[in-house]
Amino acid sequence: MSAVLYETPGPRAKLRNRISNVVVLLVLLGAIAWLIHRMYAFGQFEGRLWRQFQYSSIQRQLLDGLLNTLKAAGLAAVLALLFGAVFAAARISDHKWLRTPATLIVELFRAVPLLILMFYFYFGNIQFGLGLGPFWAVVFGLTLYNGSVLAEIFRAGIAAVPKGQREAAYALGLRKNQVVRLVLLPQAISAMLPAIVSQLVVLLKDTALGFIITYGELLYVAKQMGGRLTYGFPYIPTYIVTAVIYIGLCSLLSLLARYLEGRSRRRRKITGAPPPLPLANDPSEGAPV
Amino acid sequence: MFSVLTDNWPLFRDGFWLTIRLFLVSGVLSLIIGTALGAFRVSPVPALRGFGTGYVNILRNTPLTLVFAFLFFGAAKMDLALPNPFWTAVGALTIYTSAFICEVVRSGVNTIAPGQSEAARAVGMSFPQVLTIVVLPQAFRAIIPPLMSVLIALLKNTTIAAGFSVVEAGSIPAAMSERGENQLLTLLWITIGFLILIVPLIFLQRWAERRTAVA
Repeated sequence: MSAVLYETPGPRAKLRNRISNVVVLLVLLGAIAWLIHRMYAFGQFEGRLWRQFQYSSIQRQLLDGLLNTLKAAGLAAVLALLFGAVFAAARISDHKWLRTPATLIVELFRAVPLLILMFYFYFGNIQFGLGLGPFWAVVFGLTLYNGSVLAEIFRAGIAAVPKGQREAAYALGLRKNQVVRLVLLPQAISAMLPAIVSQLVVLLKDTALGFIITYGELLYVAKQMGGRLTYGFPYIPTYIVTAVIYIGLCSLLSLLARYLEGRSRRRRKITGAPPPLPLANDPSEGAPV
Repeated sequence: MFSVLTDNWPLFRDGFWLTIRLFLVSGVLSLIIGTALGAFRVSPVPALRGFGTGYVNILRNTPLTLVFAFLFFGAAKMDLALPNPFWTAVGALTIYTSAFICEVVRSGVNTIAPGQSEAARAVGMSFPQVLTIVVLPQAFRAIIPPLMSVLIALLKNTTIAAGFSVVEAGSIPAAMSERGENQLLTLLWITIGFLILIVPLIFLQRWAERRTAVA
């Protein structure tokens, strides 16, 4: 790990590190103090900017926004998992006429910006009067993009199971369907789980794009709350509250992904199961962001 | 189908040109800041490491749209707003993308065999020298493929600026909607435009991946 980059510090290096440490701490504290002073100087701590969070109707608005976020994320997660399973199955199929279009579709949806995917449903709805609200634009956009990424995760997970497993299963006379269902998938699942959870964090974060196409999720509610003249345009207080909610939710999911990853690494040491796949949201592992 | 593009050519041209500029400027800035943060995370100074870790964990769990919203609506309340929408968008993209580049750099550094930095220290190099002369140039090779994924994500993320009145490619649909043009054809052309920009990057990434896999 990083400790290999420098020698165990001797007395002089220890002193130097300690001095640098104090200097850096002072600079960081200075920056934070400056920011807080700046907020104070521009009246961001005045009671009227924060008062609205005490009112139950406002709290309910925030909660509704959060529920809308979770609703879109939950439905999109289920649909994306289905989409991913179907397209992963098509991509490992023996039939070329299934494999090629599935590969093209998965690659296409991964390359197009998510917001543009949502625009297709949003503007398509306006143009043809389909009666689909912005909620469905968010859900379908998230489904297509994350479903494609998940299809890739499933495919890679199955491909990562050691070759001998597949060969042994075929040698026993199992059909391809049975090999995948009974032998490969059960082993691949534990290696894929962290990457799947981590992709769900990306999905949850991306619901915030619904803000741009007027879906009433958390960020949309926050913008409205921030724009209220009565409370002196409390943009900063509302965004701080919103950020805490988002970071809390996503961190919990990220922690779960890390925990699952650690567990599957430990299991691998014992049983020789395939290694965990790279986590999405963690570019250091080579996964898409 | 072609008239949608040809009749509104200036709109498409200017939109995509701004997208490319956003991508290039925030890409370069994120590379610089991300590499510095990555160096922080492997440094012997605990406060720097803590700062790097905190920055990455907060930004990676925040939606980019929220970073945009904060810079566009919140920062002005403290008189900290950046000079114009373009630079505000660059700021949001840079703050967000640096966190991801930091992680790429950090894990790239961790791929280098310990013997390399031990040898560098044995000839009397200091920590900054070990990092800049010996470790980072070698880590660069392992860094390229994941770095490309981060940059591809950055290019796609520039579309979010459309929600904050920056007239890049993502804002073309709204403008075309006002002109009463066919929306789906507009989106089709935008999709083709993004594919033209992104597909070469994807091929470059796969090529780099194969090369580093062999080496």
